[in-house]
Amino acid sequence: MTTAADDIDPVLRAEALASLLIERGLVDEAVMNNFIKTYEQSVGPMNGAKVVARAWTDPDYRERLLADGTGAIAELGFKGPQGEHIVVLENTPGVHNVVVCTLCSCYPWPVLGLPPSWYKDPSYRSRIVREPRAVLAEFGLELGEDVTIRVFDSSSEVRYMVLPLRPAGTEGLSEEELAALVTRDAMVGVAQVAAP
Amino acid sequence: MSGPGGHADPAYRLDTSGPAAPPRDNGELVFSAPWESKAFGLALALTDAGLIDWEDFRQALIGQISGWEAAHPSGEGWSYYDCWLRSLERVVSAKGLVGAGAVADRAAQLAALPPGHDHIDDGHDHPGHHPHAGHDHPAAGHVHD
Repeated sequence: MTTAADDIDPVLRAEALASLLIERGLVDEAVMNNFIKTYEQSVGPMNGAKVVARAWTDPDYRERLLADGTGAIAELGFKGPQGEHIVVLENTPGVHNVVVCTLCSCYPWPVLGLPPSWYKDPSYRSRIVREPRAVLAEFGLELGEDVTIRVFDSSSEVRYMVLPLRPAGTEGLSEEELAALVTRDAMVGVAQVAAP
Repeated sequence: MSGPGGHADPAYRLDTSGPAAPPRDNGELVFSAPWESKAFGLALALTDAGLIDWEDFRQALIGQISGWEAAHPSGEGWSYYDCWLRSLERVVSAKGLVGAGAVADRAAQLAALPPGHDHIDDGHDHPGHHPHAGHDHPAAGHVHD
């Protein structure tokens, strides 16, 4: 659909749409601002990092997480929009998982927050499917030829999150210390977790 | 959809120091401009209020993105949130909440406001933004007329 607003600066269009919706009582400005603040400040990869650290230190939790991602993640208090059906993919020494949304930007918000810009970029969305090994190398992740790469497309009801390999030499670390090692990129599958 | 604002669990609170602090490798601003956060917040608020359906919005976004990509093979000029905002406008218009013409009219009104007019009041900090305290803004042309 072509609208008369097509050529107008998005700054003005966003302001215009917001002011009209608020005036008409369709959007509560406080609710809108609360959503923004929540995803700017409170929901982010530190949530997923806690999930990963728990899975690394509690075998029963890990089993529940792989069987029912949404349920096990909710045990830690993480739920909400885009988290209704989270599937957790376990990396092993022989299998590396990486996640994309080829059609738009589906992403497990409750555990990772909002996606980084590269995740939404047309280049990543098309190339990671065609040439995953090359794209991962560009992220600095060189995987051996003996490692199988599996690409998962989140473009359905399912939102994927990767359970990275626990790095060697971290046996003595606490759950909290482990969580501090886990990065967003490792949980999307474009990186591995490095030992401290 | 249950809003994230309802979580009382302490695990949801941001821990800015100590071992549970956000991983440092993840530093990136979630929104690169206030209008992006506004477009985001509007979509969530409308969904939360049951006025739009998230799946409708997602399908509109998929269509908007694929249309943009088909028209811009080089990828130059890509703006994810511009696609987001256009999708939201389409869904809001299709639901009869706010028509495209009304958005265009209001945007034109806003564009006609004098420079520095404090019309963008989204409750966020604007770097370098200095409210014109004491200045007398004429009511004519203001967004609330």
